[in-house]
Amino acid sequence: MTDFLRASGLSCIRQDRVLFQALDLELSPGQLLQIQGKNGAGKSSLLRLLAGLSTPDDGDVLFCGQPLALQAEQYAASLCYIGHQSGIHEHLTAMENLAFWRAAYQLPFTDNMDLLGQLGLAGLEDMPCRMLSAGQQRRVSLARLWLTQAPLWILDEPFTALDQHAIQRLQQRFHQHLATGGAIIVTTHQALSQDFPTLKTLELAYRW
Amino acid sequence: MVMTFLRRELVLLARQKADWLNPLLFFLIVLTLFPLGVGPEPNQLRIMAPGIVWIASLLSVLLAAERLFRDDYRNGVIEQLVASRQGLMAFVLAKVAANWLSTGLPLVVMSPVVAMLLGVESAAFVAMMLTLLLGTPLLSILSVLGAALTMSADKGGILLALLILPLYIPLLIFATAAIEAASMGLPYSGQLAILVAMLLLALALVPLAVASALRINVS
Amino acid sequence: MFKWLHPLAKPETLYHFCGRLFPWLMLSAVGILLFGNLWGLLFAPQDYQQFDTVRIIYIHVPSALLSMSTYTMMAIAAFIALVWQVKVAQWSVLAIAPIGAVFTAISLLTGMAWGKPMWGTWWEWDARLTSQLILLFLYLGVIALYGAFSDRQTGGKVASLLAIIGIVNIPIIHFSVEWWNTLHQGASITKFDTPSVHPSMLWPLLISLLGFYLLMLALVCLRLRTAILENEQHRPWVRATLGGH
Repeated sequence: MTDFLRASGLSCIRQDRVLFQALDLELSPGQLLQIQGKNGAGKSSLLRLLAGLSTPDDGDVLFCGQPLALQAEQYAASLCYIGHQSGIHEHLTAMENLAFWRAAYQLPFTDNMDLLGQLGLAGLEDMPCRMLSAGQQRRVSLARLWLTQAPLWILDEPFTALDQHAIQRLQQRFHQHLATGGAIIVTTHQALSQDFPTLKTLELAYRW
Repeated sequence: MVMTFLRRELVLLARQKADWLNPLLFFLIVLTLFPLGVGPEPNQLRIMAPGIVWIASLLSVLLAAERLFRDDYRNGVIEQLVASRQGLMAFVLAKVAANWLSTGLPLVVMSPVVAMLLGVESAAFVAMMLTLLLGTPLLSILSVLGAALTMSADKGGILLALLILPLYIPLLIFATAAIEAASMGLPYSGQLAILVAMLLLALALVPLAVASALRINVS
Repeated sequence: MFKWLHPLAKPETLYHFCGRLFPWLMLSAVGILLFGNLWGLLFAPQDYQQFDTVRIIYIHVPSALLSMSTYTMMAIAAFIALVWQVKVAQWSVLAIAPIGAVFTAISLLTGMAWGKPMWGTWWEWDARLTSQLILLFLYLGVIALYGAFSDRQTGGKVASLLAIIGIVNIPIIHFSVEWWNTLHQGASITKFDTPSVHPSMLWPLLISLLGFYLLMLALVCLRLRTAILENEQHRPWVRATLGGH
């Protein structure tokens, strides 16, 4: 099975603190990698390295055998990265935010109303997002996962502020994605409540 | 894509009117300060008018510059665009266009008011409108550059102004020179041509620098 | 040339290289500067118009030329840092910036000191002084931008980008200010009357210039070494060099 993502010897230094050194990880299609660690251990920094947002201080990241630097465009097209922040503008409505992403990622037209209905946001699509609760905003932010066609997902704390029902819904989406040969990297504090047979975990130690 | 992004920017500006009304108000207030500071003598004001208008324009655009990337950076939208490597350039162009439409173009529209306040006469007034028309886009481009460089900096606001001022000096020199030449009845197409040249050069180079700055700030 | 330069991209190699270079640079700088400046300040002939006040050019002209070359050097380092992602080049940008700023300040102060006996005022908005003032702002902008970021790496990269933007703008600013100055030329001549340089003045000038260049390179070496230690502090070779902790 060809590796989607392989990182070797990764090290990351932020503001003179060594977050991690000589880190290796591998991800194959259909696998879910859960990265765990205390706050400040470097989980977000690791995800940003893997998403190609920053370059590692040591080591490299290979996607399908090629270094990221040599295939920035293709890698970005194969990736859906949802970071710590929401990625939505609070003065735009949910519909407008989705329209923005569709344009930005050049996604085909879909029925956004239906999607928002599925996410439990029916009736809220024309309100500016700042009027939505934190959980509802997070659901708008995660709506991209239903729009994207990218095989590799990198998600930073996606379950934040979600209620139980939404958490289940999201994990169902994970199952769907993995079944079609996609791969997911997730950081989360909570243990995943559903069962994922292809789950791998990586623990980042908190270093002084 | 640029049109979609531009529409988004204009919608946001419509919903947050302070973001563009405040700079315009600021422009008028600064304009009022000058006669109060140097005296209302009409001849003196007429001579100083080109400088006053262009300095007030700069200050007003700088005030608007701070908000350019602030919300999108805070919300992680910039991060998304950088990660996707697709929409970044179009996004930058839309920001410049929206900034000009909301902050630069109103200055052009207000120039009759300015001419009245400072006693600028017909030939110089035409020159003033033309320099504003050609120069405010350049001002928008420079302010987007400053905003991008200082996007994730602490206390970025005043730093933005400090960075942009030296880059602004050529525009200031040639724009005011054009208006002065017009008020003396001399031709000023040369000065205008240089303004156009600077604008084209900025259009060619600055978006790349802005995209680079956004990528660095998000890394 | 690349083969020779490539190993210097490694911080440790560059650290030791600068360390070996520094004493030579500093000693020769001090020696040549003393020689050139003493010659110029004491022994070179007076100008027939400006008498002794012209002696300031032995400090003013080199520092002005150096302020420009230092910016160019900084911009080249910034370019290397951003395009080839060479970390030591990025650290060089911030090592060079304050040195360039000080040279610019020296040229401004000596320019003002030269102007006082000539024009009677400490400041005149002539093309050269104004350009130097703007150059000082460009330097301070790079330094201030770097300091505004909590993450040093991000700050270094953004400051490098600004340095490159600055170098593109400097010719434009220079030309604009020159043009502006000719436009607003009053009745009095506000340009510096640089005396036509006689060989007896040229030699001390060139020697002073060489001395200043060497001084600049020496100071850059010193600051770069400190920057390397600061940025690599977690590496074992740094701990070993500093005597083990």
